[in-house]
Amino acid sequence: MTEGLTWTVYDADTMTQSEIYGEVLCRLGEENPRIVGLSADLANSTKIGKFGKKFPDRFFNVGIAEQNLFGVAAGLAKTGLIPFVSTMAAFTAMRGAEQVRTDICYQNLNCKIIATHAGTSFGSAGTTHHCTEDLAIMRSFANMTVIAPADGIETAKAVKACVDYPGPVYIRIGRGFEPKFYENEEYDFQIGKAIEVNPGTDITLICCGVTVLQAAEAAKFLKENDDLSVRVLNMHTIKPLDEEAVMAAVTDTRRIITFEDHTILGGLGSAVADVIAASGKGCAFSKVGIPDCYCIVGYPEDLCSHYKLDTDGIIDKVREVMKMDFEEADDWEDEV
Amino acid sequence: MPVTDQEIKVLHEKACQLRKDIIDITYWAGGAHIGGAMSMVEILILLYYKYMKIDPKNPTWKERDRMVLSKGHGGVGYAPLLARKGYFDFQDLKEFNKFKSPFGMHLDSLKVKGVDVSTGSLGHGLPMAVGMSLGARVQKQSWLTYCILGDGECNEGSIWEAAMAASHFKLTNLITFVDRNRLMIDGTTEEIMGLEPFVDKWKAFGFVVKEVDGHNFTALADAIESAQKETKAPVVIIANTFKGKGVDFMENNVKWHYGGLDTDLVEKAKASVDRMYEQAINLKK
Repeated sequence: MTEGLTWTVYDADTMTQSEIYGEVLCRLGEENPRIVGLSADLANSTKIGKFGKKFPDRFFNVGIAEQNLFGVAAGLAKTGLIPFVSTMAAFTAMRGAEQVRTDICYQNLNCKIIATHAGTSFGSAGTTHHCTEDLAIMRSFANMTVIAPADGIETAKAVKACVDYPGPVYIRIGRGFEPKFYENEEYDFQIGKAIEVNPGTDITLICCGVTVLQAAEAAKFLKENDDLSVRVLNMHTIKPLDEEAVMAAVTDTRRIITFEDHTILGGLGSAVADVIAASGKGCAFSKVGIPDCYCIVGYPEDLCSHYKLDTDGIIDKVREVMKMDFEEADDWEDEV
Repeated sequence: MPVTDQEIKVLHEKACQLRKDIIDITYWAGGAHIGGAMSMVEILILLYYKYMKIDPKNPTWKERDRMVLSKGHGGVGYAPLLARKGYFDFQDLKEFNKFKSPFGMHLDSLKVKGVDVSTGSLGHGLPMAVGMSLGARVQKQSWLTYCILGDGECNEGSIWEAAMAASHFKLTNLITFVDRNRLMIDGTTEEIMGLEPFVDKWKAFGFVVKEVDGHNFTALADAIESAQKETKAPVVIIANTFKGKGVDFMENNVKWHYGGLDTDLVEKAKASVDRMYEQAINLKK
């Protein structure tokens, strides 16, 4: 139904990821009467409130009750509707986790969860409002599709794509002040298909969410200053993971670093590591994200820098991994 | 239409059969949640043989009434009812709880025909029932959602989140039952985590409350019919029941939340169920 949509209803220069999401959902709601919306007293913060104002009979604010939120969404989906559910990522992936798993994923229901304030994007709020675990939690649920769009434009594309994508989908976005990466929607976005945003043969940086922009900037810098050919993959879909793109990176560049605004345990980096380990191919590999700790307090850009997820941090990490001499040290080409 | 004496006789027969089915499956499975299955028999029988708009030949019929067995461990009572209604063959239940069986002790809506919602983790059913009732409203459908809660289950906070929502959204197309058998796994509801004043709690949450004898078809029928006519607020029917009802050595016995039966106990249990049936029929005469 949404195949080939060409409309845009937003201005990516002035609108946040969640504002774009709200606008896109309104438009989708006009086209598809089966779409309903839900939130838990965060209709305004998550911008799903725009949908609620436009379609008051198809929007339900259940108050501050996230377990009920996801249970009610499951019930609505059971009647053939397509619920879009929005609250903060922390209250989705943790407070509502069992309902998402048991009510929505176990029954393979057509619920679309757009979780905001993910990662460290609400950095100054502190650990209670950070969500550096959601990718790990959500990708462990069978039937769930997990997406972390690079910016507002890609959020629009992911939201449009998920309407006709069967089963539960989890889309994690930031608080809304993330810089844009894409200029427009003129690129091919397919759920489960990585996008090469910079070609390269020396090393591959596999990224999702806000790290895509930082890695692309780092790749430019490293080309100019270190004469390094750095491949950057926008791995917007963490599950199902584009294993072909990972294996192409192993074969072509033999060095991979993952970058994510998420704990290094269980998220994008772990998903990529699973593929490499199972392949039996040797590859220099490193994961960058929030280490095994609770993220410190601060503005997202400062946190990004603190945890080496900004351009400077990425450049340092690439230089470090390029020094690894594994290729000479062993007969890595042999399959195990 | 109030329930007639002739109907009540048939309902008692069906209830007697369902209790014996539960005993057989418990025996086949080597153990089951028999106590809480026995306590809700009359509620299920009355809904499925008199009130619910369903078509077992077309389990996904859009306009059917929905059932959410929020106390999902009651699966051993619900599955044989669905079989006897014709959703699948009763003999299939010899596989209950067995390796690769479609029938786990908590029923899976994707594997068992007639099961509208997968349940088992307590506190999940009522929120989903609220969603289904809202779904009917959005789509301007007149079907009803019935939801059966356990009383111990009402310790879960999510039940009260859903109760708040049901009343906030004025869901008169949702009819909730609480199987008030007063027993949990570890003891009585009042010992473990007191629910009283239970009626007042539901009233405070905006429900119209009907408290009835949950083994009395006439009382249950009156409550259901009045709930169906309610236009202002959701209705909860608190059905006072006995865990293990019908089997003398199980009745109101905390040990029989879950248990197994050998052939000797199966015979004793069925004899007790027969006595209960005879008594009910004689009382009617």
